[in-house]
Amino acid sequence: MSNYGKNYQVIVVGAGHAGCEAALASARMGCTTLLLTIGLDTVAQMSCNPSIGGLAKGHLVHEVDALGGEMGLNIDATGIQFRRLNTRKGPAVRAARAQADRMAYSARMKNVIENEALLDLKQGLVEEVLVEQNRIVGVKTREGLEFLGQTVVLTTGTFMRGLIHVGLNHYAGGRAGEPSAEGISASLASYGLRVGRLKTGTPARLSARSIDFSKLERQAGDKVVKPFSFMTGSIDRKQVDCYIAETNERTHEIIRNNLDKSPLYAGIIEGIGPRYCPSIEDKIVRFPDKNSHQSFIEPECLKGSEMYPSGLSTSLPPEVQLAYFRSMVGFESVEIMRPGYAIEYDFIEPMQLKATLETRVIDGLFHAGQINGTSGYEEAAGQGILAGINAARQCQEQPPVVIGRDQGYLGVMIDDLITQPTTDPYRMFTSRSEYRLLLREDNADQRLTELGRKIGLVSDERWRCYVEKQKQVEAAMSFLQDTKVTSSDSLTVEKLNLGDLKSGVSLEQLLRRPEINIQDVTSVCSGLRDYSPQALEQVEIAIKYEGYIKRQREQVKRDREQEDVKLPETLDYDAIPSISTEVREKLKKIKPTSLGQAGRIQGVTPAAIAVIQIYLRKKSS
Amino acid sequence: MNTSDTIIAPATGSGDAGIAIIRISGADSLSALFRFFTPTGRQTELQSHRLYHGLLRNDSDFVVDEVMAVYMAAPHTYTREDVVEIQCHGGQQVIKSILKLYQSFGIRLAQPGEFTYRAFMNGRLDLSQAEAVSQLIHAKTDSSRKLAIKQMGGGLSRVIYNFSSQLKHILVLTEAWLDFPEEDLPDEDIADFIAVLTDLKSKILTITETYSCGRVLTEGASILLVGQPNAGKSSLMNALLGEDRAIVTDVPGTTRDFLEEGLSIDGVPVSLVDTAGLRTSSDIVEIEGIRRTEEKISLADLVLLVVDSSRTPDQLDFSALESCSGRPIFVVYTKIDKAIELDFNTFGAFPVYRVSSKTAEGLDSLRHGISSFLKKDYTTTDETVLLTESRHFEALQRCLEPIGRALFCCQNNADLELIAFDIREALYFLGQISGETTTEDILDDIFSGFCIGK
Ligand SMILES: Cc1cc2nc3c(=O)[nH]c(=O)nc-3n(C[C@H](O)[C@H](O)[C@H](O)COP(=O)(O)OP(=O)(O)OC[C@H]3O[C@@H](n4cnc5c(N)ncnc54)[C@H](O)[C@@H]3O)c2cc1C
Ligand SMILES: Nc1nc2c(ncn2[C@@H]2O[C@H](COP(=O)(O)OP(=O)(O)OP(=O)(O)O)[C@@H](O)[C@H]2O)c(=O)[nH]1
Ligand SMILES: [Mg+2]
Repeated sequence: MSNYGKNYQVIVVGAGHAGCEAALASARMGCTTLLLTIGLDTVAQMSCNPSIGGLAKGHLVHEVDALGGEMGLNIDATGIQFRRLNTRKGPAVRAARAQADRMAYSARMKNVIENEALLDLKQGLVEEVLVEQNRIVGVKTREGLEFLGQTVVLTTGTFMRGLIHVGLNHYAGGRAGEPSAEGISASLASYGLRVGRLKTGTPARLSARSIDFSKLERQAGDKVVKPFSFMTGSIDRKQVDCYIAETNERTHEIIRNNLDKSPLYAGIIEGIGPRYCPSIEDKIVRFPDKNSHQSFIEPECLKGSEMYPSGLSTSLPPEVQLAYFRSMVGFESVEIMRPGYAIEYDFIEPMQLKATLETRVIDGLFHAGQINGTSGYEEAAGQGILAGINAARQCQEQPPVVIGRDQGYLGVMIDDLITQPTTDPYRMFTSRSEYRLLLREDNADQRLTELGRKIGLVSDERWRCYVEKQKQVEAAMSFLQDTKVTSSDSLTVEKLNLGDLKSGVSLEQLLRRPEINIQDVTSVCSGLRDYSPQALEQVEIAIKYEGYIKRQREQVKRDREQEDVKLPETLDYDAIPSISTEVREKLKKIKPTSLGQAGRIQGVTPAAIAVIQIYLRKKSS
Repeated sequence: MNTSDTIIAPATGSGDAGIAIIRISGADSLSALFRFFTPTGRQTELQSHRLYHGLLRNDSDFVVDEVMAVYMAAPHTYTREDVVEIQCHGGQQVIKSILKLYQSFGIRLAQPGEFTYRAFMNGRLDLSQAEAVSQLIHAKTDSSRKLAIKQMGGGLSRVIYNFSSQLKHILVLTEAWLDFPEEDLPDEDIADFIAVLTDLKSKILTITETYSCGRVLTEGASILLVGQPNAGKSSLMNALLGEDRAIVTDVPGTTRDFLEEGLSIDGVPVSLVDTAGLRTSSDIVEIEGIRRTEEKISLADLVLLVVDSSRTPDQLDFSALESCSGRPIFVVYTKIDKAIELDFNTFGAFPVYRVSSKTAEGLDSLRHGISSFLKKDYTTTDETVLLTESRHFEALQRCLEPIGRALFCCQNNADLELIAFDIREALYFLGQISGETTTEDILDDIFSGFCIGK
């Protein structure tokens, strides 16, 4: 056994999407940081679909960005097709989505990491955590090398006891072509952490030149790109197209006839897969009436031929995969470059975590990303940055950072993770947020950048831009309130169709009308052109949705009453009468930080909450 | 409220019945029972949920009563605590002495509804069931007892459940459209929503309108006897009560303050209020009485304008009528046994009853008129749910607002997101009656209903 000799403040294990954000955050906050990963050629690798963002995920990227994270900048720099979703369903459900150049994405992230002053990037497969008296002290690699650190962030993704299934064959692996990490979950379990097993899958990658794109519907990117990051100017790089393909009855028949070769149906897979991401064989079994399923055919990178067929993940044998692809229009002579597969892996039940993502069992040990039973790059990045922040805060002896459910999807996600049992891989949806109207992509900066600044993650440049935007928002608002239109402004009246205008109204009042938007107002009022589009967007949303936003804030306030009743960690649940043993055990295990959080724990009844409330009141009186 | 000690109370009503039940709940129940109870079979241990015959003796070894006792071990009991029930002889004296016996042992007398409170706290009942049970306990008359039982059996819960599942269905579709814009989903067609929401809105309105009825049935209606001095109000009160409660004299101005008495009229709990006769008076006590009568009128569910049929109506009768304006009014002519020739429609289009407190003539018909007025239209339909709790009433009322807004949004092509917002809010208010709809419920429905997955 040998010791590497250098003592780190934060050691991050795994350079996936969680690990990269964690390591960058802690290093940027001033902690000497080590990022250890199995292979240096797969930093920030996209294991599955080559895209970032989408509903709720786009929101997460914006929040990571607002805190000073890297994901938004990285996709802005390496995206090859950008599309904004839900542009007409309301301000809070608009979301950014981009196809990434997988290679470029990974290369740029690696480069950023390599250039971060306090951050060391090293290759190494961790097999064991080193613990002394319930406190983490470091990690040990397969080669027997020990790295010592004050805190450790584990972001091992799908690698812990990863088992890859292709048809009825299976073998150990963390991702196609990469080894699994066999020892680490057992090492964690030996300290009492509960380990569970989940499953996920990915489709085959197809060779572009074997697909007849002329038979497929084309889907282009947006003409005007709205970047992910607050700090990205405009993106006017040439964009690539995606295509839309469809399965048909024949495809389904082939799959149905080969179900016995699927490890899932043969009962070989024990891990539970994501509900929202079923394999194609699952879809066909569960929705027998649907005679066609859609698939977006997405390019994986600019300088490469691999295409990703979304929605067709599978664990059927390669020959069956080939047969069903070839039954599809446009794919008659398709060639598979990498077969699709399913993977089972260990995760550590996240109800064992505090809201800081530190484990309750081992002090100084943090978990982020797929190890917590989540799935998705954005979910991983979001947890990564928070774990990195809190590991750093602990080293710096600063109070932890916890984001509220009313502050960000980051808060919603972590609160869900630590209060709800994981039944399948967790993915973010906007419907998970009870305050959706407040948690928009467009205001992520207002929600989180001040926090990011306070903890030392937000750069001077970003801060300057942020302060400038805030100023503009305020000024634009006053401008709209103070500028009046009267019936004598004939040009305005005509352009905005204000025939009914009797007395003078302010621009703000005009903007309240459903049929008038900020562009209309700007077109007749040159004074508004001094303000940035971002500032005007804020003002428009604030004015147009004022009533709803106000009601949403009232809900926040209403819930705050319970959120504000803090439950001390030392609260003796055994001393509280009249709560069922089941509820008592749950509360003892999870140790909710507030009454509100206690109420969200599955199985904790309102009656139990009432009892706790009464008990606390009695105790304090 | 403390829920850790052991409590005792009669579980049956206070009327003198043949048998009464006394209930003890809490950790000390069993030891308390044994402290004074000797089973006839001399058993030293009682099996749970078995009835034992035996004697209750006090510390001086005197037999207090011959009883049947049952011990029920937690958690399969009403309160989910250890419970003991003692069936004793029903006389008030017996009950009192048994309660005293146990109080001497440190068992606390339960506050009203405390057993139910414990049942609720221990997760045995949901809120709406608990409320129904507490009403059951307090139900004074048959028909309110029936109502309480219906509600407990889930009448209200069922209706609310139906409302929320319709709202949930809308929310599921809306959320699917919002969160999965790139999936194959049913077309974004909100025409159906408009129909469903319109229907819901009117159904909820109908239910909220039953509230005053429901409240009357459980809390009792307040019925005021109003009229000029000497009209015969106090006599009518006594006649309806069947006992001489109010002082009756032939001196006008006998009654100077209220007299309130509860009774049941055809199963409807009623609180009957005799008042000071309305006239201009110089007696300060009487003036105060009159002022308070007028105040009370505004709160009455029904006013009986009592008119003496043995004489021609005069100005005082009309001014009495005037002070009741705005309230539902019955004109009741008393002393019909010595009535003179009269036009019984002098006071306008109010229901008219002719009674004699002396001969009881017309009293049944008055009783019937009162009860059917109070029960109005719900008696015919047994399916109708009556709202009796102000909390339920408020929750339903509050949920009408977001439903109305959602409807407006649907009709005006507003953002889908706003429709979702309002539906969620409506579900939140409904959830206050019968449990909330969680995000998990919505997601479950989305994933089982639609083929989602890229
Ligand atoms: C086959 C497959 C299909 C998927 N399908 C989907 C999908 O459909 N939708 C979706 O949203 N997400 C999907 N994902 C998940 C998505 O890839 C992950 O959620 C996301 O990448 C998680 O990020 P992470 O940082 O937690 O882990 P990863 O991105 O997996 O990164 C983990 C990193 O840690 C390193 N590592 C692991 N163990 C050790 C160790 N012991 N020592 C040192 N380094 C270690 C690995 O080398 C790797 O670099 C899929 C993943 C796979 C493999
Ligand atoms: N014959 C007959 N006499 C009645 C009847 N009702 C009341 N009386 C008599 O009328 C007189 C007044 O009756 P009360 O009941 O005291 O009248 P009141 O309206 O309460 O009078 P105040 O309290 O003074 O306002 C008494 O002498 C009663 O005996 C009736 O139905 N028939
Ligand atoms: Mg009287």
